[in-house]
Amino acid sequence: MTRVSTVAPDGGYTFAYLDEQTKRMVRRAILKAVAIPGYQVPFASREMPLPFGWGTGGIQVTASIIGREDTLKVIDQGADDTVNAVSIRAFFARTAGVPTTTRTEDATIIQTRHRIPETPLRASQILVYQVPIPEPLRWLEPREAETRRMHALQEYGVMHVRLYEDIARYGHIATSYDYPVRVNGRYLMRPSPIPKFDNPKMDRSPALQLFGAGREKRIYAVPPHTEVRSLDFDDHPFEVQKWDQACALCGSTASFLDEIVTDNQGGRMFVCSDTDHCDARVLAGHVGSAAGDRDPGGA
Amino acid sequence: MPGPGGDPELRPGFGDPVADSQSVFREVLAAMSEPGTVRTVAVGLDAPAPLHPATAAVCLALMDFETPVWLDAVACTGAVRTWLRFHCGCPLVADPAAARFAVAADPVKLPPLDGFAAGSEAYPDEGATLVLQVGSLDGGMPVTVTGPGIPGERSFGPEDVTRDFWHQRRALEDLFPQGLDLVFTSGVGLAALPRSTLGRW
Amino acid sequence: MYVAVKGGERAIEASHRLLEAARRGDPAVPELSTRQVSEQLPRAVDRVMAEGSLYDRELAALAIRQAAGDLVEAIFLLRAYRTTLPRLGNSEPVDTARMLVRRRISATFKDVPGGQILGPTPDYTHRLLDFRLADIAPTHAAQGEDTVQRDRLPPQEEPMPRVMDLLGREGLVEDETPAADEGQPPADITREPLRFPAGRDARLQVLARGDEGFLLALGYASQRGFSNTHPFAGEIRYGVVAVAIVPEELGFAIEIGEIELTEVQMVNQFAGSDTAPPQFTRGYGLVFGHQERKAMSMALVDRSLRGRELGEAADSPTEDEEFVLYHSDNVESSGFVQHLKLPHYVDFQSELELLRRLRSEFDPPSAQAAE
Repeated sequence: MTRVSTVAPDGGYTFAYLDEQTKRMVRRAILKAVAIPGYQVPFASREMPLPFGWGTGGIQVTASIIGREDTLKVIDQGADDTVNAVSIRAFFARTAGVPTTTRTEDATIIQTRHRIPETPLRASQILVYQVPIPEPLRWLEPREAETRRMHALQEYGVMHVRLYEDIARYGHIATSYDYPVRVNGRYLMRPSPIPKFDNPKMDRSPALQLFGAGREKRIYAVPPHTEVRSLDFDDHPFEVQKWDQACALCGSTASFLDEIVTDNQGGRMFVCSDTDHCDARVLAGHVGSAAGDRDPGGA
Repeated sequence: MPGPGGDPELRPGFGDPVADSQSVFREVLAAMSEPGTVRTVAVGLDAPAPLHPATAAVCLALMDFETPVWLDAVACTGAVRTWLRFHCGCPLVADPAAARFAVAADPVKLPPLDGFAAGSEAYPDEGATLVLQVGSLDGGMPVTVTGPGIPGERSFGPEDVTRDFWHQRRALEDLFPQGLDLVFTSGVGLAALPRSTLGRW
Repeated sequence: MYVAVKGGERAIEASHRLLEAARRGDPAVPELSTRQVSEQLPRAVDRVMAEGSLYDRELAALAIRQAAGDLVEAIFLLRAYRTTLPRLGNSEPVDTARMLVRRRISATFKDVPGGQILGPTPDYTHRLLDFRLADIAPTHAAQGEDTVQRDRLPPQEEPMPRVMDLLGREGLVEDETPAADEGQPPADITREPLRFPAGRDARLQVLARGDEGFLLALGYASQRGFSNTHPFAGEIRYGVVAVAIVPEELGFAIEIGEIELTEVQMVNQFAGSDTAPPQFTRGYGLVFGHQERKAMSMALVDRSLRGRELGEAADSPTEDEEFVLYHSDNVESSGFVQHLKLPHYVDFQSELELLRRLRSEFDPPSAQAAE
């Protein structure tokens, strides 16, 4: 199950693609991001050989931190085998020659789009998020000059008002992903489009969390053991999604489930979005209602 | 042994610039992520006096033509200046307020902290990073540190740091998110206190 | 039966093979050479160099071939390559007054010193498909090249003064360089992220490599009232300028090559203010290669973006620098628009769950509906 692979790096590139000056620039931005938790540090994002919007921020962060001692895991939607995760993993295998893995426990660096692994992260792991729009206030105020001022003055009332309008209209907050958080009691931060189900995993995580937005040219961070609080109200506390179903493959009732349309009659089944977590449970003997439909070791 | 550039006084830089820069950066990142913990720089480096290997390694890993650097009187030797100019290409500035990085080999005589750039309200990341070279990372007055990166609290007490320095730093805490980020170096060891860390004694 | 999204690696490899086959087309047709593209599609090459931010005709032609003629994709290829290049030095500013001019026109004067030079332009062609170009046989092509060689005029060897410099002497047009940040090194948008308000140096850099179509639409909108700039084409010139650097060890400038540029100076009305007498103002465009449409659009948008500094109302989208500068780069915009192709099923699942809940809780406001 431990699919660790090592590929010889492509001789035509410098290690991890970026030149050393670019890496230093990104590294300095990362250090400032760690020093000011939740604050978006502008950085001179470079064009990468993958398109903007496809993970270039995360790729630049990973390329700047990764070394020959590291083991890399890349997930998209929680899965190691979605096409863009495959593509990014192949990019680093080719340009850095580092070992890659699908197992959360074995990775030192995990680059992710839209999920936090179900397996709790440990100290000295680094989770690198791909971020499309870093500014939590952007859809309330499109101007950067203005949102920067709002952060400086902690003018975050407008976000509370927006959430409260949901409560007034629907009876509860109607934001299901990219749910805004406050970091260390100071900066309002966009957790990237993870489902709010994952928000509690950010709070006081022993792992370092780095966020890269390539097109928007911003890097931000949550150091280990740092409070990350999802915005809520005393009478409407933050809560996460729940499912009536269990994973059809591993029987899990505690993980984030993807809904799969199985036939033209609208048949559905629910399975873990985190494929590594699901595979590990199946191997450990857990079974769901559709166990046997899937070969957990399959490519 | 003659150094690079034919200058007999010029010490070499990293043996493997790509791998060494990365590993030193990761130690600084770990130190900044978990304030007050001591990390070890594992690269052999023949640093120009009076710089310790960790101090020199931090310079090589992070400084370049984009980062104006200020040196204190002890660090500002001809050998250090030549070495920094050759390996990092960084501009050396006399005004602490113009520096992105400051390197002090004698932190006891550090100029007032409010003389360094603390960044602006809108761009606090422009606050400087101070590299303070000390006799040891645990021989001085113990300070209890709390904040991001610290579960509960830690004790941190580098040598050669005066009580007055801690008072000045405590005053800077009120400026957050503006502020200064500190990297302490000694021998091959380093530790960091980002501006988000609160210190009490 | 559940079939997981597996085999991504094999799918990607297969997709790359199909892409290559589509690029190559019918193998019975001879493959284009890079040289053919750079020689015979020079305007496409110019655009890719300008928006790719790298002056290299051969690499731009290669990118066009590799991208199967998709110019925005070719621009992206060139930009990504550019990222890997070390910066060896900075050139001296190019002097367009010393341009070897191949084409130069002014719409503001009937004649100007140095003359109006029509040069190579499709402006006065009748846009009739030329069927003689269809399926031209190689032997005819060779003859054609011969004719073209004979018709190619040598550029003038004496520098030609810029029309705007003539107006400047009378004080009728504003000075070219604002003194405020003189002596400061110019911004470099490839090395520093944009900050707002952006200086004109940063704005012009963004516009110079901005998407031609986007700038064309904005420039057009500015002419139709979404801005208030009333432009005249003071001068449009296209030709060759020398590029020089000053090596540190020499201390004086040496020429390292030459590049083709199109420069446009727009003259715009300005009513004056409490502190300044009425005076013409400028909009400026400068682009690699021969790209008049792009350079003119750039000059219109440059002038629109100066609204605030000139104390104008500046309330149109064309005058909003965040709107214009953040959305003019087609490598950024193409990537983000197309990222919607990536799987988003986790967030979609979250929205499904929420929507089902909202619908189950929905209480039709029958009382209000009855009113």
